[in-house]
Amino acid sequence: MSRMPLAAMIGLMFTAAYFLSAIFAGVIAPYGMAEVVGDSWEPWSATHLLGTDTIGRDLLSRMIWGGQTTIFVASAGTVLSFSLGATLGFVAAVRGGWVDQLLSRTIDLMMSIPALISALVILSVMPVTLPVLIVVMGVLDSSRVFRLSRAVAADIAVMDYVEAARLRGERQSWIIFREILPNALSPLVAEMGLRFIFMVLFISTLSFLGLGVQPPMADWGGIVKENKEGIVYGIPAALIPAVAIATLAISVNLVADWVLNRTSSLKGGRGG
Amino acid sequence: MAEVSADIMLEINDLRVEATAYPPGEPARELTLVEGVSFSLKKGEVLGLIGESGAGKSTIGLAAMAYGRGGVRITGGEIRLNGRDIRQGDARALRALRGREVTYVAQSAAAAFNPAKRLMEQVIETTLRHGLASRAEAEARAIDLFRALSLPDPEHIGRRYPHQVSGGQLQRVMTAMALCPHPDLVIFDEPTTALDVTTQIEVLAAIKEAIRKTGVAALYITHDLAVVAQVSDHILVLKSGQMVEYGPVRQIIEAPQMDYTRALVSVRKVDHPERPADAGPVLSVAGVTARYPGTKLDALKNITVDLLAGQTLAVVGESGSGKSTLARVITGLLPATKGHISFAGRVLAPALARRSKDDLRELQLIYQMADVAMNPRQTVGTIIGRPLEFYFGITGAARRERVQDLLEQIEMGEGYVDRYPAELSGGQKQRVCIARALAAKPRLIICDEVTSALDPLVAAGILKLLANLQAREGVAYLFITHDIATVRAIADRIAVMYRGEVVRYGAKSEVLAPPFDAYTDLLLSSVPELRLGWLEQVIASRRMESGGN
Repeated sequence: MSRMPLAAMIGLMFTAAYFLSAIFAGVIAPYGMAEVVGDSWEPWSATHLLGTDTIGRDLLSRMIWGGQTTIFVASAGTVLSFSLGATLGFVAAVRGGWVDQLLSRTIDLMMSIPALISALVILSVMPVTLPVLIVVMGVLDSSRVFRLSRAVAADIAVMDYVEAARLRGERQSWIIFREILPNALSPLVAEMGLRFIFMVLFISTLSFLGLGVQPPMADWGGIVKENKEGIVYGIPAALIPAVAIATLAISVNLVADWVLNRTSSLKGGRGG
Repeated sequence: MAEVSADIMLEINDLRVEATAYPPGEPARELTLVEGVSFSLKKGEVLGLIGESGAGKSTIGLAAMAYGRGGVRITGGEIRLNGRDIRQGDARALRALRGREVTYVAQSAAAAFNPAKRLMEQVIETTLRHGLASRAEAEARAIDLFRALSLPDPEHIGRRYPHQVSGGQLQRVMTAMALCPHPDLVIFDEPTTALDVTTQIEVLAAIKEAIRKTGVAALYITHDLAVVAQVSDHILVLKSGQMVEYGPVRQIIEAPQMDYTRALVSVRKVDHPERPADAGPVLSVAGVTARYPGTKLDALKNITVDLLAGQTLAVVGESGSGKSTLARVITGLLPATKGHISFAGRVLAPALARRSKDDLRELQLIYQMADVAMNPRQTVGTIIGRPLEFYFGITGAARRERVQDLLEQIEMGEGYVDRYPAELSGGQKQRVCIARALAAKPRLIICDEVTSALDPLVAAGILKLLANLQAREGVAYLFITHDIATVRAIADRIAVMYRGEVVRYGAKSEVLAPPFDAYTDLLLSSVPELRLGWLEQVIASRRMESGGN
């Protein structure tokens, strides 16, 4: 096994830090999520390391609790979009014929409308709760995963070893999960990192537009929204969640790149 | 070899070629591809380079123009072309040399031509580039070469695009391209390997004639000793990048000195006594017609053949004759439109999905490319073990034991169960595929060109293994191949296919004995024989026949 490159190490460090602070938010956050502890937009101090927000809540606590919400919603959405998209994509590639046509054209239809617009329309008529958010984001995003996994699986499905499995009389599930999936994993893992980042951006955008996570719950997009007026007065509160979003996105990407490199050069790997 | 002669064109002394390998997950490793190779080539002479894959044939061929493929470095020795050591040349000198003094004919013409440009444009490109002739002169020369290479309609074929001519014609056009700038040396890198035997003989004769007429020196690279015997004056036998034997063609063919050369010469002489037709048929194909969905042409037309239990039926024909389609129809991958197939006394459902598990188990298929016939992410143990689990419900330690048993049967022994396919050699991969088929305890194994991707000695080993397994297990083979030598080595019965029809069918002794129908005659006479002067003889007799008609 090769040594871990520096970029991957930095990426892994940041990713781990964000995920750990999200998981242990209850332990490390100095104050409660919606607790008002001071004046509005207090500067950085020993009691409030990042200052306070527009209505006097501790910003560091808001960031930690917000990170928990953002990362949880994004992770759940990614898992949903992957399970759904990859399964449908593999089925389309393996079955072919009308099943493939039906699925592919439906997905094309979905992709022809920008995901953000569909999400806004759906969320404006639905009660905006976390499960609804996750399902809407997961389903909309699964179209991209479908396209990738169908393309990858279609390449693999014509291999002689898949035909050999068919001739043996194997069930569809064996062919998908034992013959195709292990060989399709490396591009999918790389895509997974990317999809997770897009999910973070998606939920942040929705919250910023007011159709995502609802107050008083915190999430990074929401914190930007609440504090955006401060920018005019030189108050950096809105920039802090923006920095968090950017660093999380970059570090996850670095990790995904490294994982892709490793899995595609395993013994018997497909070489990329 | 130190003797200096004025007409020595190419002289290679103590050539050493190295490369750096980057095995995934391991530190980089230095490899020596070619070591201590020396030979010389006079004007108008042809040297055949022969050896199995990985022997360094192509590497030496490319080194003759001081070129190494990605990561390959020429690290030692001298390469003297027309008296100059071209290893010392800088990029400009090499550019002036390549395409002018030395040219190259690649194995796959289809991949070497630019599909978007007309043939003439590409044939005269190097000549114009080096400023050797005006466009009109170059075109005139190209047309002469087309004529010399017996291409149809030599005046106008240059206006076509690569996809508008056949594979054999394209290979000849590439030869014209190489000869157009009046080079001193041409490197032929397996120019006929990708062609059918019936096409190969024409291309071979055309190349030989063109070499003779232009008086160019040539390096002819191939793995087929019979081919190289027809075109070369000298032969250099290579193994693992080292010289095994180097001498005049007659001495190599008729009195080889080294064991390895002897093995190569005798590998084609395997024969298999035909068994009497006393068993009942295990497989009967009756009046089967099939076509691929969405096409309007029958890929198989009214095929009727029988395969007797425990025996071997060879299906022979060139590419596109329907051999592999027949295998697909029998396995149910392509349902027949007419006719029926009975197997072990029961009529098989045309489509795979309607067949019983026993039907599937007793009818196994082995593929040509063992590389892609095994899941790269499964170990040998899983690959062979899955049929055991799937058909017989054998799991755990019993399964591992049985896998080891099967590995013994294919003569591979201990230490392979946990390996991945990428860690096996080509021959071993094909053996594992055989073991996977055997694991199902089949009555019939369809072997689809199982030896054609392998080196001759490895292929001979596989054929011997298949024969032994047949003797022991009583399994029948439907053996699909384009190679008559393979047929002689293994078949009891033969079906010759041409354009989706069986043109000749019967016991081996009958099919391979005269009187022949026109196609079988063409096919049989086109198979290169390891005999000097064979090519001239065949071409002469064909001319005489067509003249007589």
